[in-house]
Amino acid sequence: MKRALLLATVAFAALAPFSVCAQDSNTQKDNAILIKNATILTITHGNIEHGSILIRDGKIAAVGTDLKVPDGATVIDANGQYVMPGIIDCHSHIAIDGGVNEGSVSVSSMANIADVLDPEDMSIYDDLAGGVTAANILHGSANAIGGQTVVIKLRWGKPASQLPFEGALPGIKFALGENPKRSNFSPPPGVEPRYPATRLGVEETIREALIEARQYKKEWDDYNQKKAAGNQNLIPPRRDEKLEPLVEVLEGKRYVHSHCYRADEILMLIRVANEFGFKIRTFQHVLEGYKIADEIAASGAGGSTFSDWWGYKMEAYDAIPYNAALMTDRGVIVSINSDDAEEARHLNQEAAKSMKYGGLSANDALKLVTLNPAIQLGIDNRVGSIDVGKDADLAIFNHDPLSVYAVVQKTLIDGRVYFDRQRDIDARPALEKEKQDLLAKEKKAAEEKKAEGKTEGKPEKKPVAKKKQPPTSPSNAGNVAGGGL
Amino acid sequence: MSRAISAKSLSFQLISFCLALSLAFPLWSQPAANVYAIKGAKVYTLAGPAIENGTVVLRDGKIAAVGANIAVPEDAQVIDAAGLEVYPGMFDPITQIGLNEVGAVSATVDTRELGAFNPELVASTAVNPATAHIPVTRASGITEVLAVPGIGGFDSEGGGVITGQASAFNLAGWTMDEMQIKRSVAMVVNWPSIQARSFDFSTFSFKEKPYTEAKKEYDKSVNELSDWLERARHYAQAKEKGSPDLFVRDLKLEALVPVVEGKLPVLVVADDARDIRNAVDFCTKQNLKMILGSGAESWKVKDLLKEKKIPVILGPTERLPEREDAPYDKPMTQPAELNAAGVPFAFSSFGTSFSRRLPQYAGTAVGYGLPHDEALKAVMLNAAQILGLADQVGTLEPGKLANIIVTTGDPLEIQTQVRYLFIKGQLTSTDNRHRDLYEEYRKRPVPPR
Repeated sequence: MKRALLLATVAFAALAPFSVCAQDSNTQKDNAILIKNATILTITHGNIEHGSILIRDGKIAAVGTDLKVPDGATVIDANGQYVMPGIIDCHSHIAIDGGVNEGSVSVSSMANIADVLDPEDMSIYDDLAGGVTAANILHGSANAIGGQTVVIKLRWGKPASQLPFEGALPGIKFALGENPKRSNFSPPPGVEPRYPATRLGVEETIREALIEARQYKKEWDDYNQKKAAGNQNLIPPRRDEKLEPLVEVLEGKRYVHSHCYRADEILMLIRVANEFGFKIRTFQHVLEGYKIADEIAASGAGGSTFSDWWGYKMEAYDAIPYNAALMTDRGVIVSINSDDAEEARHLNQEAAKSMKYGGLSANDALKLVTLNPAIQLGIDNRVGSIDVGKDADLAIFNHDPLSVYAVVQKTLIDGRVYFDRQRDIDARPALEKEKQDLLAKEKKAAEEKKAEGKTEGKPEKKPVAKKKQPPTSPSNAGNVAGGGL
Repeated sequence: MSRAISAKSLSFQLISFCLALSLAFPLWSQPAANVYAIKGAKVYTLAGPAIENGTVVLRDGKIAAVGANIAVPEDAQVIDAAGLEVYPGMFDPITQIGLNEVGAVSATVDTRELGAFNPELVASTAVNPATAHIPVTRASGITEVLAVPGIGGFDSEGGGVITGQASAFNLAGWTMDEMQIKRSVAMVVNWPSIQARSFDFSTFSFKEKPYTEAKKEYDKSVNELSDWLERARHYAQAKEKGSPDLFVRDLKLEALVPVVEGKLPVLVVADDARDIRNAVDFCTKQNLKMILGSGAESWKVKDLLKEKKIPVILGPTERLPEREDAPYDKPMTQPAELNAAGVPFAFSSFGTSFSRRLPQYAGTAVGYGLPHDEALKAVMLNAAQILGLADQVGTLEPGKLANIIVTTGDPLEIQTQVRYLFIKGQLTSTDNRHRDLYEEYRKRPVPPR
């Protein structure tokens, strides 16, 4: 749904949570924080009633029931509320400046989402308010081989350079089925339809690109070998930014996150990956994963799916809400993702559906949005559970997060409170006043200008001021355009 | 595919439950039973306080009796519901169920007709009783819906101004005649918004146009709308006065007559506060009975809605705020605000495959301040009241249609299961395409490696 700014003049009012957050950055960073009197859902070692979490330098320093308040520590009294690991969204398109899809070519591996991160996208704050602390930011699904992907932390208020999750392996988006073969869109007038238009063609597009990449890698390997042997008169191969990321895929240095729906296309990609000697890291959406859960588990790939989306296109007609539970039962590491800035606001609720549909335990349900996506993104040594030594990325809910009634009260990343519901509510009257003052000022200015024009009595044309472009919300544009179809 | 009350499609749990209790149900190839008694449950009638250990008697499709000390008729099949809870079924008042099977496949979609003014179209004409969406949706406790032509779906923009008449029906039955509650419930109007910015699917980008141009288009649409209503008034007059030989029947104008006579409400879909104000102003001047649909910014005009007695059928709470400077939680807190302001509202999914999220939308609003009993009403009773169907559905009272759910607990909570479902007094299966596929594939043997 649309979110346009009312007026350019109130643009900065929208950034208010930004400034609210920024002011306490010094008070909390580097100091000890103790969250006490909480029900702690550790994910890895059970739930702790009346527990405390000690945070030092952004990391979890201790978890238990008998922690003492260190001198000078900030104390957060959870008052019996629930603390869980920050939610990790394995499929997101927030924080992207401009389009999500480089849709002109069927292999767009040269495009990198990390180059276009937008730290001012309101969706970062919206999702933070849903307890999300990290997200896999993906290129769209228009192309068989899409663009490069990046894992971020939702550090609202920090510059783009501080969003990426340090040390997380980069990824690349592959896409199978209706989107890359463009079943559901007509090309604009005058534009030729693009190869591929079938699932058969999608396979060959991927295989051909990988053959190219393998050849390219061989050229460089040969060159490096000869150079190391002391050969002086060598011309290095020409760099190819399309093939470099694919070489990284072949070398296991870049994860493949593949958009897919149907069982046949999933099996196809497993075969192609085997042929080239790499593993698919995650199958994304993977709505028919339940039909071939054993094959997915055997391939070592994870499955990142929707809770209950179905029927919006042909390849989603066999989607079932039992997918996450059935794949889990068959040994696949499963996560539930959002693919949507709004859906990400209640991933805790979406995880709870796997208990209703397929009978997962509460802890396994929570894993779908914490530890499992962390494993899928290769960041489980840092996040995904409440364990000593991990990053203090936490979400505090007023009720059991698997209840529909649970509301996020605070979200912490690196031990810093990036979202505080009460603080957000408290700031609203001042923001509203500021907005009204600005509107009044704008109105007054317009009236004065009009009055001026009248007294001068000028019928002739005034030089028309260039119309100010309202600040658009690029990432929202992206979401509509997005891979999320 | 499963139909209502076909013996084959009775849920596995239900069968095993019944067998376990050795109930003498005529489960197979018998005519449908006429009398049921649901016993021993906590009964939420929504017409009074909850009844502990209550009994509900269903006879000939209707509710015959509800209370704590109700005698179980001799001819009744008894459902022992001890430990369970009984509620009226939920009502999703804006959906495309039956009109939309697979959103992206136009051959399966009957929501978007060509032309901007189509008042003569009626949703129930094309509702497919065999759609897979019906059993999937009712498994979540939704027993009746309104099918609304012309809104929702992928490209809701440009779907016309008057898109047709919405129809209410029960989510069980072999034909629409059996399912229908009311064929024409409301005339659907997509309020023409002053849209300077729109998404263009052919180029996958936003297009901007100058405000003056957008305003001009808006004025043109509203003027056309006025013209249609004006002509409908003349048409009604002419018809009344009668000049049979010369009188040419006009289907569009004929369909608009009950609207201009104030007999058929207009369901006006609008989100922007400015659009809502314009629509209210228009309907007031035109003397139309207005129901607001979607209403993302209803909170900004709640006093106006209250004053003009305009109820709201809200879009999903799961949406982002309309504007970036609105509080992040506005879609979730809005229901509580409308409730406090005394504006009647109901939740709706605005969808097909998302209809089963209806209780989740209401539950989320409770998390953000809406009283729980009001949330129950807003998914069970309010839609019926708003649409003028409360004499038939919405509460558990004698004489009303026996659309009833028996749940394992709070129907708004995500993990709650619907254990029994009655539609028009018939014990109706909660089996569906999704459960079938689950049962089929969980039995798949591990393939050889």
